[in-house]
Amino acid sequence: MKNSVPPSQAGVLKNASARSILAALICILGGLVVGFLVLLLLTVFAEDISVAEAFSGIVIVLGGPFSGGSAQDILFQMGNMLFQSTPLILTGLSVALAFNTGLFNIGAAGQYLMGAMGALLVSLSIPTTVVPAAIVWILALLAGTLLGVLWGAIPGFFKARFSVNEVIVCIMTNWIAANIVSWVFKSTGDRFINVAETKVNFIRKTASNGVATATLGLDKLFAGSYMDISLFIAILIAVVLYVILNRTTFGYELKACGYNKFASRYAGMNEQRNIILSMALAGGLAACGAAFWCLNGAQDFKWDTYLTLPADGFNGIPVALLASNNPIGVIFSAIFLKHITVGGSNLAAQTSFNEYVSPLIIAVIIYFSSFSKLIKDLLLRRMTKAQHAAPAQPADPPPAAGPDKGAADEDAKTKEE
Amino acid sequence: MIFLIQKTLIFTIPLLIVALAGMYAERSGIINIALDGLMIFGAFVGALAALLLRKNPFFVDHNQLTFLLAMLVAAIAGALFSLLLSFSAIRLKADQTIGGTALNMLAPAIALLIIKVFFTKDMLEMERAADSSGTMKDFGFVILHDDLGPVGRIFFDKAYISTFLAAGLFIVLSIFIYKTKTGLRLRSCGEHPQAAASVGIDVIRMRYLGTTISGALAGLGGYIYIATVANGTASGAVAGMGFLALAIMIFGNWKPLGIALGALLFGFLKCLGVIYAQISIPIRGQDVYILRDLDLPMYFYNLIPYVAVLIVLAFTSGSSRAPKAEGIPYDKGAR
Repeated sequence: MKNSVPPSQAGVLKNASARSILAALICILGGLVVGFLVLLLLTVFAEDISVAEAFSGIVIVLGGPFSGGSAQDILFQMGNMLFQSTPLILTGLSVALAFNTGLFNIGAAGQYLMGAMGALLVSLSIPTTVVPAAIVWILALLAGTLLGVLWGAIPGFFKARFSVNEVIVCIMTNWIAANIVSWVFKSTGDRFINVAETKVNFIRKTASNGVATATLGLDKLFAGSYMDISLFIAILIAVVLYVILNRTTFGYELKACGYNKFASRYAGMNEQRNIILSMALAGGLAACGAAFWCLNGAQDFKWDTYLTLPADGFNGIPVALLASNNPIGVIFSAIFLKHITVGGSNLAAQTSFNEYVSPLIIAVIIYFSSFSKLIKDLLLRRMTKAQHAAPAQPADPPPAAGPDKGAADEDAKTKEE
Repeated sequence: MIFLIQKTLIFTIPLLIVALAGMYAERSGIINIALDGLMIFGAFVGALAALLLRKNPFFVDHNQLTFLLAMLVAAIAGALFSLLLSFSAIRLKADQTIGGTALNMLAPAIALLIIKVFFTKDMLEMERAADSSGTMKDFGFVILHDDLGPVGRIFFDKAYISTFLAAGLFIVLSIFIYKTKTGLRLRSCGEHPQAAASVGIDVIRMRYLGTTISGALAGLGGYIYIATVANGTASGAVAGMGFLALAIMIFGNWKPLGIALGALLFGFLKCLGVIYAQISIPIRGQDVYILRDLDLPMYFYNLIPYVAVLIVLAFTSGSSRAPKAEGIPYDKGAR
């Protein structure tokens, strides 16, 4: 800390959510710096990759869909990115909701699979010649979500009833879900399998039964991508969740149980019920995300999934952490993560590097966010220091903010190392 | 029957050593949810080391030496990787679950990134190689003897040296944590670090020690897993074995004997899912393949270990006793 912070910035830092956002940005910056260093390191060891490629590589990753090429490509990638953000927003909300109740929902992957199974079974079983497609769509969404609610309730029940660590139960239910889903689709034979397109490893697209999420021309707007209206429903769900958590008694109870379950029991709350409810709702959110993904109508779902869990389930964790478990923040962090992921696939297509740079950067970002509290405390300390140095002065001109933010990052960095 | 016991043993060993890894970290007060990531990292580095070593014909001729060296490298890699966790958890007082989760995501990303850049594949296979006399040599496979009677065959026929090494390490480290001064100090840091500090124990050092031993064991376990169970392929995943080991540690109540029991049980259940169709029982002179004839899908057998973990945890949760201070960053001033 070489120079004191100008009071204008200190004023911003006084706001807790501004501190959270700044801390998240510092984590992201840290992740990108480490990602870049890894790329540089790789150029040292791999003879066929030049140092310049590391520089252009990190730019491509950071560019996301914008590094896709022509305007048409960019629009197409952008549409797909926004569509793929939908399930991630919902798994992020799932993890964030559980975190708010002091629970670590690492079981979103299993809940996601159950949701996908429920949505697919219903949307492909009910003939749209008998029931209107829109009703089938709603029923499928509900079925998927309901399965997720039940699946999420299991770790909640184990935690509340037997006080078994929810992390273990979540992991077990993940693998159980993966095997059950494979088992169900194996035992139904060819009924749901995409035999028509000779993709025997995948389930039929729901569009084959005429069931697909409304696009309202969004797919055409984004150059024939998968974009549909599900993103907006997900954003709406995030807003509703924000209101529930911050403006209702129920939300307050959930958070109170997260802060101190003994105190909340003493205050007359049913903390066992709240734990189960929180996990069940979290399960429903993750499953709902899967249902949106499947019901898009044009997606391939790999049914023989007993050895792999869906990445979107686990990526809900970084999404929630980066957003400091704020439902509104989850929208942005999910889109950002998909942005980096699209950047990773562009990187693989255009350079000698590959798409695994993106998960690396994301992992480093979570690593840094594991001590985001420390970063926030540092920011707070700088604020109070600045206030002591220059009490009650009007706002300084903004130029100071640029280099000073860099200094804050450096401080965080030195602490990290 | 002997085949079943042999296979069970092969599945048990990585679980045993990784569950012990979890125990070492948690007994010192650090939750190590990163066991899975540490296994992946150890497996990757070990496989890389073995591949590089076998470029030299000397190491193809001396198969077992290569195997031992690769295990050593894997353990070192795991220990170094675990420093990321211990540094954030001990020095920066970070959330240990989140830090561990980050490591779990970081390990496969690093492994796959490097494997794909240098080998243009999504996995690293330790292939058979021709030794100086031209015969193809398998990787690290020992056939000691097959004429030793039933008991001898279980332990010495088609056995891996890693089995003996890991079992030996398990015994030594179990005694270490209970019968030595350092072991007692380490355990005290997981129960009440402030009390430990008040009698002059360096809590920070003890926690680093516990987590580093944990990392080394998990890295070793990861390499043993891919070398013995997963056909010598490092692929950025260990099929959730690290998490299963974590569950076994809880099942074993953070004690070596319980862990050994749990590892045997789940090793057996896990291997059942793989070889159920090959299990035969001689009835009236005929080999009857009971499980295969039941005609249940393999998914059923795959499910069993996970469901068993849940049932067991539900029943044993009452008597479960986790280290009291685990997961709580050490604060010198706290009371």
